[in-house]
Order: sequence, then C-alpha cells, then structure tokens
Amino acid sequence: MNINLTLIIQGLAFFATVLLVMKYGWPPIMAAIEDRQKKIAEGLVAAERARAELQDADARVAVEIRQARQQAAEIIDRAQQQANQMLDQAREDTLAELGRLKAAAQADIASMAQRAREDLRDQVAKLAVQGAAKILQREIDPAAHRALLDQLATEI
Amino acid sequence: MAESAEQAAGGGMTEYIHHHLHNLQWHVGSGVFPVINIDTVAVTLLLMAVFLGAFITAARRANAGVPGRFQAFVEMVVVGVDELVRETFHGSSKLIAPLSLTIFVLVFMMNFMDLVPVDLLPWLGRASGLPYLRVVPTADLNTTLGMALTVFLLIQYFGLKHKGPRLFFKEMFTAPFHAHGFMAIVLAPINLLLRLIEEAVRPVSLSLRLFGNMYAGELIFILIAVMSLGAGLAHGMTYVMGPIQGMADFVWTVFHILIITLQAFIFMMLTVVYLSMAAEHH
Repeated sequence: MNINLTLIIQGLAFFATVLLVMKYGWPPIMAAIEDRQKKIAEGLVAAERARAELQDADARVAVEIRQARQQAAEIIDRAQQQANQMLDQAREDTLAELGRLKAAAQADIASMAQRAREDLRDQVAKLAVQGAAKILQREIDPAAHRALLDQLATEI
Repeated sequence: MAESAEQAAGGGMTEYIHHHLHNLQWHVGSGVFPVINIDTVAVTLLLMAVFLGAFITAARRANAGVPGRFQAFVEMVVVGVDELVRETFHGSSKLIAPLSLTIFVLVFMMNFMDLVPVDLLPWLGRASGLPYLRVVPTADLNTTLGMALTVFLLIQYFGLKHKGPRLFFKEMFTAPFHAHGFMAIVLAPINLLLRLIEEAVRPVSLSLRLFGNMYAGELIFILIAVMSLGAGLAHGMTYVMGPIQGMADFVWTVFHILIITLQAFIFMMLTVVYLSMAAEHH
C-alpha cells in the first residue's frame, strides 16, 4: 500500500504513452477524419450541383421539344397552304385553259359558219346567175359582170 | 465468479484478504521507497502496449475512405473526446485532446482489470510460481498518483506556455484577490498560499478519487469471494452461500461497469478542466 518507486515508473510510462499518442496516434486519425468530412462536404455540393444541372437540362429539353412541336406545326401549316395554293392554281389554270379552248372553238365555229355562209352565198349567186342566164337565155359574160356578181354576193 | 475453496488452505479470511491486497514486490534497495510493484507495472505496461498497438495501427491505416469497423470504433472514441475537449477548452492545443484520450482509455482499461474474476489471475500466478499478484493497476495508489502528478506537471507546463512566464508567476500573487497599491502587497502572500493549496489539492483529489473507488471495488469483490471461503461439498452452508455469492458478484460486476467508466471519464474531464483553467487569464 505504500508509495514507492512504482509511482515514478507509472508516471513516466503514462507520460511516454501520452507522447506517443500525441505524436503518432492522434494526428493521422484526426487528419483522416477531417479529410473525410471535406470529401463528404464536396460530394454533397457536387450532388447538389448535378441535381441543379439536371433540372436545367430538363427545362432546356422541354423548351426545345415545345419549339420543335411548334416548328413542325408551322411546317405542316405551310405545306397545307402550299397544297391549297397549288390546287387553286391548277383550278385557275384549268379554268383558263377551258376558256381559251372554248374561245378557240367558238372562233372556229364562227369562221366555219362564216365560210359556210360565204359558200352558200357563192352558190346562191351562181344559182342566181344561172337562173338569170336561163331566164335571159343569153350568155352573161362572167368577166364583164364580176363586179356586179360580187356585189350581189355581198348583199346576200 | 470467485471460487476460492482451496484459498482457505492459507488460513482464514484475514489471510485471504491480506494476500489479495499484497503486491508482487521487488525490493531494489533498502527502505520503504525503493520498491517496485512488479504486478502493477507489468499490467500497466501490458495494457499500454495493447492500447498503443491498437491505436497506432488504426492511425497508420487511417484514410479518408470508407472506414472499417475497427477504424470506425477508434474514430468514434477520438471524435467523442475531441468534441468534449472543444466544448471545454476554447483555445487550440495539440496536447489536451490526445492526453484526454490516453487518460480515458488507459484508466478504463486498467479499471477493467477489476472485472476479471478476482481469483483467476492470482491463481494462475501462483500456479506459475508468483506468490502475490494484484492485477488492478488503478487500485494501487502509485499508479493513480503517478498519473495525477504527470497531469499536474503538464498543467504547470501548459500554464507557462499559454500565459508566458511573466504572467504565470505574476498571477500567483495577484489572483484570486485583485488589489492595487498597498493592499496588493498585503494580499500577495494570501494569494500565493491559496494558489499553492489549489495546485496541491488537484493531484491529491484526482488520484485519491480514482484509487478509492477502485480499491473499494476490488475489496468488495474480495469480500464477495470470501462468502464461500473454505466451503466444502459436505457443508450445508455451501449450498446457501453459493447462490448468494453468485448473485452478489453479478450485481456488483454490473454496477462496477458503470463505476469504472465513470471514474475514467471523471479523471479525463477534470484533467481537461484543469488544463483549460491553467490557460485562462485571471
């Protein structure tokens, strides 16, 4: 039970243990813990940033999809308009062609009627002349009476 | 836990208790002081080696990656002590936290030797030719006083380092009673006396508190073991005292787990407080 030399040995051994812990034990462990805390903090920040970036990207994608839809709608609209225009044009062209053909046909009909009328007039004039010749019983000189005959034809 | 039937061979209860409280001693010189308690020193050094081996291994393996179980355990203790020290001491010091950790773990381990069945190691010792063996280093006043004196010296060193020699010695005469002029001279010896008492009381209270608790704990384990001292299968009392002893041993062991942890914690906490006070300016 007495105080003896053990006191000094125990005190020194304790002091040596403290020194060893202070020099070789504590610093690496504290450093590792602080390193890990820093790493975790950085990881959390990085995760937060990644989440924000993902949100940004999502928003951008949504905007782009909306724009693409809009563009597609515009393109379809324009195509429809073009198709309508082309149809209208074709209709107009057809109608114009139709008119033109109709006019030409009418002109043909008119000229053919004119010619028929003229033929008819000629024949009537000839018949008239032949009739007159028969009536007069004498030869009418066609050359001498050309003018008279032409005038007659015109009047008919 | 303490079977000690054959212990009675030595001769009775007094002999048994006395035997248990006797250190294995080596008389280096003549007189009372140059004696070494070999059992105390050996157990202490063994526990220190275990502690240092485990702790420095953990320190060498420590990295910022995912910690394993052992590393997580060591780091839990380290962080616990570190936070406790930060709450109490608001300066920066490379000494306080490692010192506190060493105190807590070492005192806990030394106290823990009290939970080893009280007759087991002495019995093994006797089997290998050692006449005495006391295995609880903190139940030896030399250990607790040795540690307390080391802490005392560290307190003085810490105070000197943090305040500088001028302020350190000036405060011996000017605190706790401050005065000016003539009164300062009158109060100087009173201040010095108070300071000396304050400083002297610390290692004494620190060491005696731990020693008292552990010595009493050890003694109660011995007294519980005495219940079945000299018991034989032929005695009726053996069958009455046996179960009572088992119960008492169990209850006291459970209670003692609390005590050894608490005492280790108190020793650490008071050291932190004393060191913080030494660094404070008055």
